[in-house]
Amino acid sequence: MKILLVFAALVVSACGEQLFMGDQVLRITASDEEQLTLLRVLGEQAELQVDFWRDPTSPGHPTDLRVPFPSLHAVKIFLESNSISYSIMIDDVQELLDEEKKTMMKSRRIARSTSTFDFASYHTIEEIYDWMDTLVDDHPSLVSKIQIGQSYENRPLYVLKFSTGGLNRPAIWLDTGTHSREWITQATGVWTANKIAKEYGQDPSVTAILDSMDIFFEIITNPDGFAYTHSSNRMWRKTRSINAGSRCVGVDPNRNWDAGFGGSGSSSNPCSEIYRGPYAHSEREVKAIVDFIHGHGNVKSVISIHSYSQMLLFPYGYKRAPAPHHQELSELAKKAVNDLAAVYGTKYAYGSIADTIYMADGTTVDWAYDNGVKYSFTFELRDTGHYGFLLPSTQIIPTATETWSALLDIMVHVLEHPY
Amino acid sequence: AAAMELPPSHYPASRAAALAAGFVCYRRGSPGRGLALRAVRRAGRQAIEDVGHKYHLELVLEDVLDRDTTVNCTAEVLYHLGNKNIAPDVQFTIEGELKNTDEADNIFYNRIKSLEKELVAENIPDSHGKVSPEMEPVLLLARVAAGYVIWQNSTENTKFQFAQIKHVKQVKRSDEYLEFDYVILLHEMVSQEIIPWQMTVLWHPQRGVQVTQDSRQAKHPSE
Repeated sequence: MKILLVFAALVVSACGEQLFMGDQVLRITASDEEQLTLLRVLGEQAELQVDFWRDPTSPGHPTDLRVPFPSLHAVKIFLESNSISYSIMIDDVQELLDEEKKTMMKSRRIARSTSTFDFASYHTIEEIYDWMDTLVDDHPSLVSKIQIGQSYENRPLYVLKFSTGGLNRPAIWLDTGTHSREWITQATGVWTANKIAKEYGQDPSVTAILDSMDIFFEIITNPDGFAYTHSSNRMWRKTRSINAGSRCVGVDPNRNWDAGFGGSGSSSNPCSEIYRGPYAHSEREVKAIVDFIHGHGNVKSVISIHSYSQMLLFPYGYKRAPAPHHQELSELAKKAVNDLAAVYGTKYAYGSIADTIYMADGTTVDWAYDNGVKYSFTFELRDTGHYGFLLPSTQIIPTATETWSALLDIMVHVLEHPY
Repeated sequence: AAAMELPPSHYPASRAAALAAGFVCYRRGSPGRGLALRAVRRAGRQAIEDVGHKYHLELVLEDVLDRDTTVNCTAEVLYHLGNKNIAPDVQFTIEGELKNTDEADNIFYNRIKSLEKELVAENIPDSHGKVSPEMEPVLLLARVAAGYVIWQNSTENTKFQFAQIKHVKQVKRSDEYLEFDYVILLHEMVSQEIIPWQMTVLWHPQRGVQVTQDSRQAKHPSE
């Protein structure tokens, strides 16, 4: 008679976390039906908490059994006393898991150089912030990273500065990711920042621009929202600020600027996606840019990049009356969208915000324009609604490439028309 | 009143065009065929006294599964004055023949009919815009049904686009129809709202798509 041990004393305490420290996986080979039966019975002892990674099937075929650390001794005695042969396949399950986790994290970090960063994928905020540091490392005399403030949830607001020197040169401001669900914009921002750095000294236009002007590029303009689209709600648009007296969170960072603030092109309801906020510049993410541009004093162009609709827009959104420079902005937009279309045939509409898409007040570009920044444009990138915000990552590089042509047109025009 | 020419790429033409395209997708789409708006070539609007606003549209539609294939489409959209509970009237004509999808439809039909466990899926496309090949017909069917919902709920002040399948569950039936219970997300461009919408959809290759039930869902406070 084989002896069945009583295992009542061995109770594994259940904790909230699944930790496998010291657990082993045994490879067991039952030599006959009797041993097979014993194995199955072993598996049914609830207090042992063993689990089969490979079930007992027939004699001679291996059975793999994970044994929690507290049950190891009892199980091994049981197997040995019944002459069931076994070997230790995995010595420590937790160690293996830790190794695996390390490898996974390492392969995420492998983008240590900008030449191995995958521009054709969507990335997390950590990956983009890490990549920004590698861009600075790769182009130390051209690119630096500055912090212009903190988000509501205290994330840093980083801006890449492209400069070949001088003192407070006339500057171009670019931003992406104001609305966090517009993932194509942050992805285009990363590609474009890389492109600017790469092309200085290569492309005559980029070189001419950066020899006289600086470029400031905020790629993740709404980091709290962006983190939220990764962790909780892919369709999140606004900031993540708490609204007093409401269950609803967030303010539309493109309705919070002090330009026509509070009109019919925004909402006073905190639950609305176009909620303007309690007052203009209430959002730290917006105030940081306002302070930066005011403080700089020499910004000549603001280009704010959104998606989707395939449009190139200029002021005004808060009123129908044409902006004083409507003619010039319209002609520049027309040239830019034509050059964009020449790349892959992607058709863009262009015009003032109010004429083309809808009335919108408190927008970035209206504020910039009313504060003396003549060349203020908003892009709405691909597509026109078929994928909308969920644009396949295969379209990242084509989108960034075609948009680059339009961006360059605008930046060259700014360079050649100082004011 | 006389018809007024509208800039085709600007709203309000683009809103009427999106509505018309949704309607066409509903009427002509299937799990084997999706039709999407490629461009608006011309647009005009006419105010009809005591009736409403009528839009004349010349559209270019593309085949979702073969983006190089396009067809021309003329459409008329009548938004009714006042009563917001009447869906706009839409009429359209497609120039030429659409690709025959009988084979693809039948393959999908048979595949689903023979499933042992009911089909269940979520988040299509996923966050990265990816759709697995097996889910393409399920997605196209959702777009077709969404076309109906969009048509029924559009006004001159809205522009709806299908955004995502949040959840889909097949409901097994003893008759010949396939039935799917969807919760989709619609994106309404003017308000920028993401609106969850439940749809019960029946389909049969020869009998077409029916939305037998649909209802707008409440937004969760965390959304």
